[in-house]
Amino acid sequence: MRNILSSARKYIGYLIFAPISIMLEVILEVYIPRVMTQLVDVGIPSHDLSVVAHFGLIMIGMSLLSLVAGTLATYLSSTGGIGFGTELRKTVFDKIEDFSFENIDKFQASSLITRLTTDVNYIQNGMMMFTRVVFRAPFMMVMAIIMALRINRRLVKIFFVAMPIILIGMVLVGYFAMPLFKKMMEHFDKLNQTVQEDLTNIRVVKAYVRGDYEKKRFSETNYNLMESSIRIELLMSAMTPIMMMIIYGVTVAILWNGGQMIIYGEMTTGELISFISYIMQILMGLIMIGMIFVNIVQLRGSINRINEVLNDKITLNDGKENWKVEEGSVEFRNVDFAYSADSEEKVLKNINMVIKPAETIGILGSTGNGKTTLVNLIPRLYDVTNGEVLVSGHDVREYKLKELRDNVAMVLQQNVLFSGTIKDNLKWGDANASDEEIMQACKYAQAHDFIMSFPDQYDTELGQGGVNLSGGQKQRLCIARALLKKPKIIILDDSTSAVDTATDSLIRKALHEQLSDTTTIIIAQRVASVLEADKVAIIDNGRIVDYDSPENLLKHNEIFQEVYYTQMKGVEENAA
Amino acid sequence: MPPRQMRKPEKPAQVWPNVKRIMSYMTDKVWILVIVFFLEVAGSLAAVAGTYMMTPIINDGITPLIGTNPEAEQLRPLLNMIILLVVIYVAGALFNFISNVIMTRITNHTLNRIRNDLFFKMETLPLSYFDGHTHGELMALYTSDVQMIRMAVSSGLTQVMHSASTAIFTFAMMVYISPIMTLTVIALMVVMVFITRFISSKSIDNYTKQQAAIAKLNGYMEEMMGGQKVVKVFTHEPTVKRTFNDINETARKASTRANVYAGVMGPITNNLSHVNYAVAAMMGAWLVAQGTIGLGNLASYLQYTRSFSNPVSQIMQQFNSLMSAVAGAERIFKVIDMEPEVNEGKVTLVSATYDENSNFVETSERTGLWAWKRPLEDGKFELIRLRGDVKFNDVTFSYDGKKTVLSDVSFYAKPGQKIALVGATGAGKTTITNLINRFYDIQEGEILYDGINVKDIEKDSLRRSLGIVLQDTHLFTGTVKENIRYGRLDATDEQIVEAAKLANAHEFIKMLPEGYDTMLTGDGSNLSQGQRQLLAIARAAVSDPPVLILDEATSSIDTRTEALIEEGMDNLMAGRTVFVIAHRLSTVRNSNAIMVLDHGVIIERGDHDDLLEQKGQYYKLYTGQFELD
Repeated sequence: MRNILSSARKYIGYLIFAPISIMLEVILEVYIPRVMTQLVDVGIPSHDLSVVAHFGLIMIGMSLLSLVAGTLATYLSSTGGIGFGTELRKTVFDKIEDFSFENIDKFQASSLITRLTTDVNYIQNGMMMFTRVVFRAPFMMVMAIIMALRINRRLVKIFFVAMPIILIGMVLVGYFAMPLFKKMMEHFDKLNQTVQEDLTNIRVVKAYVRGDYEKKRFSETNYNLMESSIRIELLMSAMTPIMMMIIYGVTVAILWNGGQMIIYGEMTTGELISFISYIMQILMGLIMIGMIFVNIVQLRGSINRINEVLNDKITLNDGKENWKVEEGSVEFRNVDFAYSADSEEKVLKNINMVIKPAETIGILGSTGNGKTTLVNLIPRLYDVTNGEVLVSGHDVREYKLKELRDNVAMVLQQNVLFSGTIKDNLKWGDANASDEEIMQACKYAQAHDFIMSFPDQYDTELGQGGVNLSGGQKQRLCIARALLKKPKIIILDDSTSAVDTATDSLIRKALHEQLSDTTTIIIAQRVASVLEADKVAIIDNGRIVDYDSPENLLKHNEIFQEVYYTQMKGVEENAA
Repeated sequence: MPPRQMRKPEKPAQVWPNVKRIMSYMTDKVWILVIVFFLEVAGSLAAVAGTYMMTPIINDGITPLIGTNPEAEQLRPLLNMIILLVVIYVAGALFNFISNVIMTRITNHTLNRIRNDLFFKMETLPLSYFDGHTHGELMALYTSDVQMIRMAVSSGLTQVMHSASTAIFTFAMMVYISPIMTLTVIALMVVMVFITRFISSKSIDNYTKQQAAIAKLNGYMEEMMGGQKVVKVFTHEPTVKRTFNDINETARKASTRANVYAGVMGPITNNLSHVNYAVAAMMGAWLVAQGTIGLGNLASYLQYTRSFSNPVSQIMQQFNSLMSAVAGAERIFKVIDMEPEVNEGKVTLVSATYDENSNFVETSERTGLWAWKRPLEDGKFELIRLRGDVKFNDVTFSYDGKKTVLSDVSFYAKPGQKIALVGATGAGKTTITNLINRFYDIQEGEILYDGINVKDIEKDSLRRSLGIVLQDTHLFTGTVKENIRYGRLDATDEQIVEAAKLANAHEFIKMLPEGYDTMLTGDGSNLSQGQRQLLAIARAAVSDPPVLILDEATSSIDTRTEALIEEGMDNLMAGRTVFVIAHRLSTVRNSNAIMVLDHGVIIERGDHDDLLEQKGQYYKLYTGQFELD
């Protein structure tokens, strides 16, 4: 909770002054009925227009003042509450930006999005309500109690009998309603999920003619949702009349007792009427507090989810040394890796490997054997479990992350382009890149030609996720973006899978000839992509089973031979 | 794909027809609604009466006894009146309770029906509908639009009934006491209505702006959360934080403005009604001085002024939410009123067998033999054996009626043949398969399936005869077993395991924590893309269709695994007509016919060797001299 509240710091002024203006509004609100009574009890019987005008004008003045106070309170609490939500969203977002890959894997994008949107909004609305109502209700109660006490102490006792009954009632409702409410929310999520899945799978549904099956599934969840919401709403609708009965009971008791007091001259009629209206205000305040309580309990889920993010320990921090990456050498020393500390299954086992500066290295192996994991360790996207990874002679954990990652460019398998122009996207590699540099990088990545074929060329707007490009075009832009970093080491993790072989080989040729000082590491499905490498590492089951030149591998490595012959056979025969 | 349309914020085009339609969903028994109406009226009558009782209690029960030191007997009238008050209160609470209980049921049944109708209709809509709308837009129908109807139906309606009848009763009392005073109150009310309307129009404006700002903010967050790993790799965190901060701040300002305008409504109406009261009191005092009305009347009149302005401002505040509920309902009804997929075909798919006399006859058992059952003019049926012979005759097609995607495409897939479609993205490969199963209808030419025009085949039958594995494999929440069984609902566990083995998925499924009973989350995110594709292949295998369409079905499976499942795939394809779309040419090499598509036209056709000999586009593709994008 403290975590979350610290986001209120910037708007603390608004959040403090909002209750103050609310108090002013409440004071006026409590006084206005009194003036009203005086207007009726004193002003009108006096038959003196000036007296009526006196009270009338006081009342108008107070109303206008109360209007100003109320407006001010709305302004302050909206500004404060939304400001708080904005800051909270920023805190959470910034925290996520600082997440390591391990943290990101743990949460997953979709769940982070829900936290940033739905959960933050709930808390923000909670805060706005908090500033508006939380101070209003108790203060209103205190004021009303004071006024009621001033009128008649003995009658207040009735109210003190009613209060615990109301409190117990509210606790009981909370106790019974909470589980029902949770159940309903679960069914609601389930319904959304069913629709969402049906929409993403619509082609499958239609192709397999499963419309009726889907309808059945949907009506079941829909029915469950209806049943569970009826249950909670019935409970709630039973509560309202019960609360009303309590309030009415108090009113009647006061009328009976107060009426007798009037008869015995202990109280006046006007006092009794005001007294009843004050008791109403007190009880309303109490009910409002109950509502807040229920709301805050509902917020608990959101608060927990936000706290999970804020309290998650960032597993990867900047190194202490100011090393510079001087050259592109990489060394793995006895590296073991497991994705979580307690998992027994190691993804990488005892990896030892030396890559010299400017070498081109291929990595080959079946899916799920640890190729991506291996290269992820070089820009320190994850930390090794045992052993060490050295870049340019220093342990990667000693570098500042920016220095390391700026020099070790990585083109991810699941790559993403962002909305904006092609140029905007490329500038991720180097914000200050000149047009010539951008064009040069795109030529190396074989992206220049297709970019120039667009009407807006480098200023072509990409939709979210680069939707208007083909898979191969996206991949080439991602390579160009990485090249713009002018890295010492570039890692291509299956980055040309959607690019045809000819273009693929042109890219490799450009890297080889134009960026001959850059160490290049290529993970590929296609054996052709690694044939010109200096060395190829064969990964199987988390181990490097062979690390040699392609020529030698072709002679003695079975896995390499197998892949080579299945993929290259036809081409060689026919191209020959 | 056809372009998407954006949805703009809108007011309902028609109010009454939609309101009536919502009402028709609420109940088919109108008398229930009438009862609710009377309960609400009775409830508000009780509230008005409760307030009214105060006057006789004080005037007749208490005042005469002041200073008399009364006997218990003399307190009787007071006690009686208080008991009457209790009765009124209890009755009022009871009316409210009953009305609430009824309305809770009505509301939830209404929403249940609307949601069912919406979903059921959606299931029958053509694919072009889904292409034209984002998932977010469609989901909004189920969430925010239905939610708005809920508010309108559950609280809005009864509240309006309640407020309206309270206002009417109070108004009647006011007119009864003093018509002249009532005129002043009305005049002041009109002023109030104008002020609130001004504020609410401002508030709607700002609300629209807020929605736009929040949409932008959410869009940015979504994009960045999805691209988080790229952000890290490029150490772009500071820039992203800065941009986010700007967008976040813009949204903050817009939201604050919208909230302030919406929030000031309460204090303004509330305090204006106080002003109203004071003005009425002064006016009344002047009238009393003139002798136009009596003093006692003024006091109770003022009491009514107070209880009149409350329901009126409540109705005004309800109005906006009622309007947006009607707009939401209109959007939903628009979907419900849409034309379902055309399905005029009469030819159905049946299981068939040869009886003892070697006659080809229909059977209710699943024999693995299929036949088209075609109605004849004389009311009898003709059985045509399903062989999987597909013929395109001069097919021309466009998604939107403007841009031609396929022009004059003709080809012939003989039963049991493997036909490959090769070409760049957007050349029309997937479109061809979408036309075979009639996801879309062609504009010119004809598609014949075993000699029958696909338009004459009932759609469900047509699709049941085709198995399809798509490039983007989405799975359903449920167990692995349930996901495979989706291909054939009555498949036994053995058949499922067999299909999984065929697709080479059995190995990895066994390794999952609970094997075939492992729950797959949301989009199957606990599986790799390749594993998902293997499951999709198993799903197609278990459905055992006569004709198979593989649209980049192995694109995410590495070549080693692909080599491993080759045998299984060959088994799967054996004896079926298969359409293969593949990027990797090694996958299509052994096809009977390969068609190279370019911009919707078949530019080359033949088998692998023919095409290499032609030394055309395919040769260039295959030898890596040409790019496939």
